[in-house]
Amino acid sequence: MNQNPTSQTSYESDNYVTINIGPSHPSMHGTLRIVAVTDGETIVKAEPDIGYLHRGVEKLGENLTYHQFIPITDRLNYCSAIPNNVSYEMAVEKLMGVEVPEKAQLIRVIMMELARIADHQVCIGILGVDLGAFTPFFYLIIQREEIYEIFEWFNGARLTNTFGRIGGVDADLPDDFEQRWEELKPNVRKANDETEKLLTHNRIWMDRTIGVSTFSPEDALNWGFTGPCLRACGVKRDLRIDEPYCMYDKFKFEVPVGKNGDVFDRYIVRMIEMEESIKIIDQAYKLYKEMPADAPLMARVPKVIKPPAGEVYSALESPNGELGFFVKSDGSAKPYRIRIRPPCYMMFQALPELVEGEMVADLIACISSLNVIAGELDR
Amino acid sequence: MDDWLIAIIKVVCIWVWVLLIAVVMTWVERRGAALIQDRPGPNRAGPFGLFQPLADGIKLFTKEEIIPTKARKILYILGPLLFSVPAFSTYAVVPFGDKIILGGKEIILQVSDVNIGFLFILALGSMAVYGVILGGWGSSNKYSILGGLRSTAQMVSYEVPLGLALLAIVFVYGTFSLRDISLAQQGTFLGFLPNWGIFKQPLGFILFIVAAYAEANRVPFDLPEAESEIVSGYHTEYGSMRLGLYLFGEYVNLVTLSGVTVALYFGSWHMPYIDLGAYLGPISWGIVSFCIFFLKVSFFLWMFVWVRWTLPRFRYDQVMGLGWKGLIPLGLFNIFITALFIQLTV
Repeated sequence: MNQNPTSQTSYESDNYVTINIGPSHPSMHGTLRIVAVTDGETIVKAEPDIGYLHRGVEKLGENLTYHQFIPITDRLNYCSAIPNNVSYEMAVEKLMGVEVPEKAQLIRVIMMELARIADHQVCIGILGVDLGAFTPFFYLIIQREEIYEIFEWFNGARLTNTFGRIGGVDADLPDDFEQRWEELKPNVRKANDETEKLLTHNRIWMDRTIGVSTFSPEDALNWGFTGPCLRACGVKRDLRIDEPYCMYDKFKFEVPVGKNGDVFDRYIVRMIEMEESIKIIDQAYKLYKEMPADAPLMARVPKVIKPPAGEVYSALESPNGELGFFVKSDGSAKPYRIRIRPPCYMMFQALPELVEGEMVADLIACISSLNVIAGELDR
Repeated sequence: MDDWLIAIIKVVCIWVWVLLIAVVMTWVERRGAALIQDRPGPNRAGPFGLFQPLADGIKLFTKEEIIPTKARKILYILGPLLFSVPAFSTYAVVPFGDKIILGGKEIILQVSDVNIGFLFILALGSMAVYGVILGGWGSSNKYSILGGLRSTAQMVSYEVPLGLALLAIVFVYGTFSLRDISLAQQGTFLGFLPNWGIFKQPLGFILFIVAAYAEANRVPFDLPEAESEIVSGYHTEYGSMRLGLYLFGEYVNLVTLSGVTVALYFGSWHMPYIDLGAYLGPISWGIVSFCIFFLKVSFFLWMFVWVRWTLPRFRYDQVMGLGWKGLIPLGLFNIFITALFIQLTV
C-alpha cells in the first residue's frame, strides 16, 4: 500500500476531485484512511487504505506463550475486549481438548454480553455523532461507563480487560453482581429508549439512513459479512445459535434480522441486539445462581500450556461479527502461528461497493454503521 | 449635534450589547449542551464557568496567526472580515425596544429606522456569503472549498424562502420598516389572540424560522462545517482571531435573526393583552420594552441551542431538496393565500 491507491485508476478527470479522508480525521475512528474520488458531492470511487494501526499482533503471538498472548487480544477490538479474549481462549482450549466448567462458561457469557452491549452503545453513539446528532452519544456513553465499572470491579481493568484464562476464568463473579446488574439494567434500557426516541422515528435520521449504502444478502455473503451487518441484510446467521458455544443453546433469545442492509437496518439490528443481550444475561445469571458455590471455575490445565501439535480454527459471535482465531501448535510452549479473522476486515473491503454513487456524508455514515475498528482491522 | 451624539451612543451601545449577547451565547451553548447531555459542561472559569468565553477570547487573541503557505493571502484575510462585518452591521435596523424620552427628546430604541428595513438585512446577509466562499476558496484546502461551496449553495437557496416569507409580511403590514411592523403588532387579533405576526402568518413563520436556521448554518443545516465529514468546512485552515471572527460572527447572526423573528412574528416589545406603555412613564417604559424584547430574543436564542443538540444533520442534497422543492413552493403558496385574503377582506 505504498502508492496512492487511486493513482492506478482511470479516474483522472478534470471534473473529479480526489479527497483524502484520514488517517487523521474527526470521523475516521482511529486511523482509517479513505481516498475518495468525488464528482462534486457524489462519490465516484472510494478506496480504503489500511495498515495505519498495524502492530504485528499475529507475529507477536509467535513469540509469546499461550497465556501471554491474551492481553494482546485486548487490543484488537478495543471497544469490546472480552469477546476477543474468550475467542482466543476457546481456540486454545479446542486445540487442547479441554472442557471448560459450566460455571466459567456462564461467567464468560455474562461478561461477553455486557461487552456486546457496550460495543453496540459505542457504535450507535458514534453513528449518531457522525450524522450530527451529538446528544444520544452521551446518553449511551454514560451507561457504557457503568458497564465498564462492572468490568473494572471484576478484574480491575476497564478497556483492556484480559478476561479469563485458558481453561476457564480466574475469578468468580463478585457477590453483589446481582445488585449492580439490577441497577444497571433499567438505566441501559432507559438510555436505549431515549436514543430511540431521538433517532429512530426522526425524519432527518430516517432520511439520512434508510436506503443509504444498501447491500443485498448475496453480496453480503460473498464479501464475507458477518454479525449485525450481515443480519441487517436479511441473513439470519448468528454463531451463537448456528454453532453454539459457551452454553448459548440453553438461552432463549431472538436474532433480529433486517431487510435492506442499509445503515438504518444496521442501527436497528444493533438496538434490538442490546435488548436481547440483556435477556441473555438475565438467563445466564439465573443458571449461574443455580450452580453450587464451590463449582470449579478452571478446567485442569497444566501451568505451562503445551497443546499437542496441530491446528484449529475457532470462532465466536463477537459484537461485530464472526471473530475467529486460527492457532497452529508445534507442541512447544509458544504457538507456531496465530491468525486472526476479524469481522470488520471483510466488511471494510466491501466499502467501495457500498458507497459508490452515494454522497460524501453517506460514506461517513456507512463506515460508522459497519463499526470498523482499526485495532482489529489492521491487527 | 445632539442627534449625532445620540446616534453615536446608540451605535456603540447596541454594538457592545450584541457583542455581549454573542459572548454569553457561547457560554449558553456549552452549558446548554451539557444540560441536554447530562454532563456538567465548562464550570471551572469563574462562577458556573461564566468566564469561559473570556478565556476563549484571550486564547484566540494571543494565538499565533498562521497563514497557510498555499493560501491565497488576500482572500484568506478578507474572508473573515467579509463574514463578520455584515453580521455586526445587520442589527442596525432591528429594533431593541420602543422609545425613550430623555429631556423632552424622543429617542427610538433602534439604531436606524430605515424604510427599506429588511431589504437591508437580506442584502447584508447575502454579503456574508462572500466571506464564506472567499475564506473557503482562499484556504486552498479541499475540505474548505467543499464547505464554502456547500455554504454558498445553501445560503443562496435559503435566501429565497426567507425573502418569500418576508414578502408576505410586507403584504400584511404594508411596510418594510421593522419599527412600523413592530408598532402594528399592538392589541389583539380576532378579539382573543395577541396581534402578533405569527397569528397572521403562521405558515410564513415556519418558513422563516427554517430558512433562518439554514441561513445561520445551524443544525440541522450545519453542513458547511459538518465536522464528521469535512472537518470544519470553510474555516478548517483558520486559526487565532480569524477563526474567532467566523465563530463570533455566527453567534451575532443568531442574535440578529432572533431579533428579526421577534420583531416580525412575536410582537416585538409588546406584552400580550396588556399595553404596558399606557401605564408606565416614558423612561421606565423604554427600559421595560427593552427587557421584554430581549426576553423574547433569548427564548429564540435558546431554541437555536436546543435544536442544535437534538437533531441530526441533513445531507447536502436533502437540504437543497427541502429548500427548492419544499420551502419555495410553500412560500409562493403562502404569498398567494395572503394576497387572496387581503384582496377579499380589504
